[in-house]
Amino acid sequence: MTKPLSIRNITAHYGRTLVLEDLSLEVAEGELVSLLGASGCGKTTTLRLVAGFLQPTSGAITLGGRDLTRLPAHQRDIGLVFQNYALFPHLSVADNVGFGLKQRNVTGDARTKRVNAMLERVGLDHLADRLPAALSGGQKQRVALARALVIEPPLLMFDEPLSNLDAKLRVDMRVEIRQLQRANGTTSVYVTHDQEEAFSISDRVAIMHAGRIMQLDTPENLYQRPANAFVARFVGFENLIPMKVVARDGALVTAEAAGGVRLSFGLEQFGEIPDDFVLACRADGLTVTDNLAVEGIPATLGLRTYLGRAYQYQCDTAAGALVANGPLSRVLQPGSAAKLVPVPEQCTILKPE
Amino acid sequence: MPTKLHPALIGFTVLVFIFLVGPLIIVVGAAVSDTSYLTFPPHGLSLRWFENIFAIDAFRRTILTSLQVAVLATFVALLIGIPASYALNRYRIQLPGWLSTLFVLPVLVPELVLGFSLLKNVAYQFNAPIFLSLVVGHTILILPYVIRVISASLASFDFSVEEAAISLGSPPLKTFFTILLPNVRSGVIAAFILAFITSINDVSISIFLTGPGLSTLPIQLLAHMEQFFDPTVASVSVLLMVLTVAVMAIVERTLGLTFLAK
Repeated sequence: MTKPLSIRNITAHYGRTLVLEDLSLEVAEGELVSLLGASGCGKTTTLRLVAGFLQPTSGAITLGGRDLTRLPAHQRDIGLVFQNYALFPHLSVADNVGFGLKQRNVTGDARTKRVNAMLERVGLDHLADRLPAALSGGQKQRVALARALVIEPPLLMFDEPLSNLDAKLRVDMRVEIRQLQRANGTTSVYVTHDQEEAFSISDRVAIMHAGRIMQLDTPENLYQRPANAFVARFVGFENLIPMKVVARDGALVTAEAAGGVRLSFGLEQFGEIPDDFVLACRADGLTVTDNLAVEGIPATLGLRTYLGRAYQYQCDTAAGALVANGPLSRVLQPGSAAKLVPVPEQCTILKPE
Repeated sequence: MPTKLHPALIGFTVLVFIFLVGPLIIVVGAAVSDTSYLTFPPHGLSLRWFENIFAIDAFRRTILTSLQVAVLATFVALLIGIPASYALNRYRIQLPGWLSTLFVLPVLVPELVLGFSLLKNVAYQFNAPIFLSLVVGHTILILPYVIRVISASLASFDFSVEEAAISLGSPPLKTFFTILLPNVRSGVIAAFILAFITSINDVSISIFLTGPGLSTLPIQLLAHMEQFFDPTVASVSVLLMVLTVAVMAIVERTLGLTFLAK
C-alpha cells in the first residue's frame, strides 16, 4: 500500500516571491521524514505542493512512480493531518472518520466495520456519536489521525499536528503517532518547527531555511555532525570560531583564530582540514580550566550559571564571545583568567560560510 | 441566593419593552376596531377590516406580487451572494481589501436615489417589464445584506476543513455542498429571512418601479391611505407581521433556527 515519495527540483512562487528554490527530497517506503525550520522557511509550502493545494513553477512530484505534479488534490490519495484538526464540525466522530471511505464508495457494514476498527485503534470507540465540538484537543487530533489513516493512504502528511496541544499531551501524542506510523509502515512527511519533536520521531530530518534544505540526515548526525554553520547554530552549537591553517606538520595541523589564538588539530580525529574552516561546538565542547599552561583559548570568565552536571561560563576571548562548561569540582570566579580547551569528540569542522 | 435587581433597572427594561412593542399593540388594536376610522383603544371588536383587504381586488393582487417579488429576489440574491461571500472570504488574503467594501456600498446610497436610477437606467432604458424591474431592484437592494450576513458566518469557518475533505477524495464542487454549505447554514437562513423581510417591506425603491396594473403591497397601502382613513391600513400591517412571522417559522421548521443560538 505504502509508496516512496519523490520531489524533484521543485521551484515555487507566491505571486512573484520565490518560496522554494530547486528543492529535491526522496522519502523511502515506510520512512518518516520531518521538514524542520522556522516559519517562512518553506516547509508548509512543500507539504501543500505535495497535497496539491499549490502548484509548483517547475519540477515534479511522484508517489510510487505515479506523477502527482498536475493531478487535482482530490485525486492524490494522501492522508493529511492538520494543525487545527480540521474536523467536519457538522459530522459525528464516526462520520468524520468514514468520510474518506464514503468518497471511495465503501458502504454499509464494510464502512462501519473499518471506522469502528480505526476508532478502537486510537482509543475513541466510545465517542463515535459525539460531535467534534464535544471533544478535547487530544481527542480531536486522534479523530483527525484516524480519519487520515482509515483510507490507508500510500502517503501520510502532518502539518504541525501537535502545536495546539499542551506540552505533556504533545509528548504522548508524538509517541502515539510514531507507533501508528510504524505499525502501518506508511511513508510520512511531518512538518514542524519543534526540533525536539522532529528529532524524536523521525527517521530523517530536513532542516530548511529560505526555501532550501540545508541538511537532510538522521537526527543523530544532525545533532552531532552538522554539515554547515546554519545547521550547527540551529541544533544549538553556541561556538563557531573561524580559523586559518598556518602550519601542517604530518598528522598535526596548527590553525589560528582572530586575535592570534593558535590551536592544534590531529588529522586522525578531525579528518581532512581545509585551509579555511570554522571550529564549531556546543558549550560542552570547550572545557574551562584555570591551568593557564595548557594549549587553549585564553579567556576572561564572565557570568557563571549552574547546569546541574556542570557550570557554564560566558567567556570573553580574543576570538569573540564564547560559551564553555567547567567541572563542578572547581568553581571559578567571574573576571578571572582561564583557558578554554576544545574537546575533539565534541567539536566539528565546518566549511566557512 | 438570586441577585437582587435594582428597581430602576427593572423600570428601564419595562420602558424599553413598551417602546418596542407598544406600536405593534396599537396597530393590532386599531385593526380589530369596529369603527370606520383609525382609533386606539378599539371601539368594539370586529374582523371586518381583514375581510375588507380581500374584498379589495388591488390588495389581493399586490399581496401576491409582493410575495412573488420577495421570493424571486431573495432567491437570486442568495444565488449571487453565497458564491460572492465564499470567494471574498476564501481568497481574502489574495484579494484587495476594498473589494468586500465594494459589495456593501449600495447600502450607503439612499434607497430613493437607487430607485430613481433604476427607473431611469433599467425600466426606461431597456423598456423592462415592471415585474422584472422590481425583481432586479429588490435584488440589488438586498444583496449587500445577504453578502454581509453570510460573510460573517464564513469569517469563522476554517477553510482547512474544506482542504481536509478534498484530500480525502471529495471534489471541490461537491465539497462546497457537502461540507461548506452545511456549516454556514445558519448564516444562509439569517440572510434569507433578512432579505425576504427587507424586500416585502420595501417602499422607496418599489415606488419608482411599480406602474399601472402592477404594484406591491406597501405601495398599494400608501395609495389606499391617500384616499381612505379606515382600519384596513392597520389590518394590512397586521397581515404583513403575520406573514413575516410565518416565514420565520417555516424557515425555522425546515432548516432550524440555530443561528439565534450562535
